[in-house]
Amino acid sequence: MDQDKVKQLKQHEAADPPTGDCFRQGALAAWPICLGFVPIGLALGVLAQQAGLSAWAMAMMSVLVFAGSSQFICVAMLAAGAAAPSIVLATLMVNLRHALMSSALAVHLRGVDRWFLTLFAYGVTDESFAVNMARFRGGSWSRWSALAVNQLPNLTWIAATTAGALIGQFIPPGALGIDYALTAMFLCLLVFQLQSRLFVAVGLIAAVVALLWRWLIPGDSYIVGASAVAATAGYLLKRWREGRR
Amino acid sequence: MSWLDYLLLFAAMGLVTYIPRWLPLLYLAHRRLPKWLIDWLGFIPAAILSALLAPILFSDPASHALDLGRPELLVAAPTLLFAWKTKSLGGTVVVGMLLYWLAGKAL
Repeated sequence: MDQDKVKQLKQHEAADPPTGDCFRQGALAAWPICLGFVPIGLALGVLAQQAGLSAWAMAMMSVLVFAGSSQFICVAMLAAGAAAPSIVLATLMVNLRHALMSSALAVHLRGVDRWFLTLFAYGVTDESFAVNMARFRGGSWSRWSALAVNQLPNLTWIAATTAGALIGQFIPPGALGIDYALTAMFLCLLVFQLQSRLFVAVGLIAAVVALLWRWLIPGDSYIVGASAVAATAGYLLKRWREGRR
Repeated sequence: MSWLDYLLLFAAMGLVTYIPRWLPLLYLAHRRLPKWLIDWLGFIPAAILSALLAPILFSDPASHALDLGRPELLVAAPTLLFAWKTKSLGGTVVVGMLLYWLAGKAL
């Protein structure tokens, strides 16, 4: 990086201090994610309690891992008596998709200092990613607001999963549509992303490829695989449309 | 499992979760990305959400075969419509849960 660029970035950072307003905007964008995390976190805690994990083990897992789907898988594998290395490998496979998300977020966090990125990376989830990308694209979204969107649901998640492990035995399975919270959240986050017909096409391609891929190939590679195929198709479609004009 | 077993397992899980989130940010945020990569990455959110959703809605969880008669799909239609009209994430979560709960009672 040349000196001018460094200076420009320093100025950019100086002009972008964390303020109470940034935090408030972040909290406003984050509360629906937090709301969605409460039932899902409770559900995970309940399952973990039934699988023999104590509340402190649940809390420790949520602090160290913070990745809902792989935590569900971990609890299921522990309940089935799986060995630790296979649980770690499954976690890696399920969470590799976040590498794609972090790459997409990097476009909007150019030149930001490494300490911020290190803290920010901890809270990159499907939900915070989708909300932050929609906001960044809309413009005037502060990185500090984005950080709040990453970390507030994290606190909620730790509290909800721990509470679930504590009250697990009192909750009947399937109560109040708990199982659908994550699906509903994904549906709405997808709606946020469909800004033009091109994005609708990418979504449809991803859906078809994911279904085929998962049917033919065991494991979770379909998430990263179908996403990469659909994004490539979207890019080619865009190029083709621009070329025709 | 002992306290230390849990700590080691969760620490290892945390590491393989954190590194894929951290490395691309650290590496790509300090480079000038080519236009094609920025365009490509722009399609990733819609693609990932769709890839996560499709199997939940359209396939049998055990066999992974196509199944268009699941309550998950039935409930998804009004939930999607609600999300489209209101653009409210919190409202959509509540409405989706409620509809799924009612569908479970009715079916």
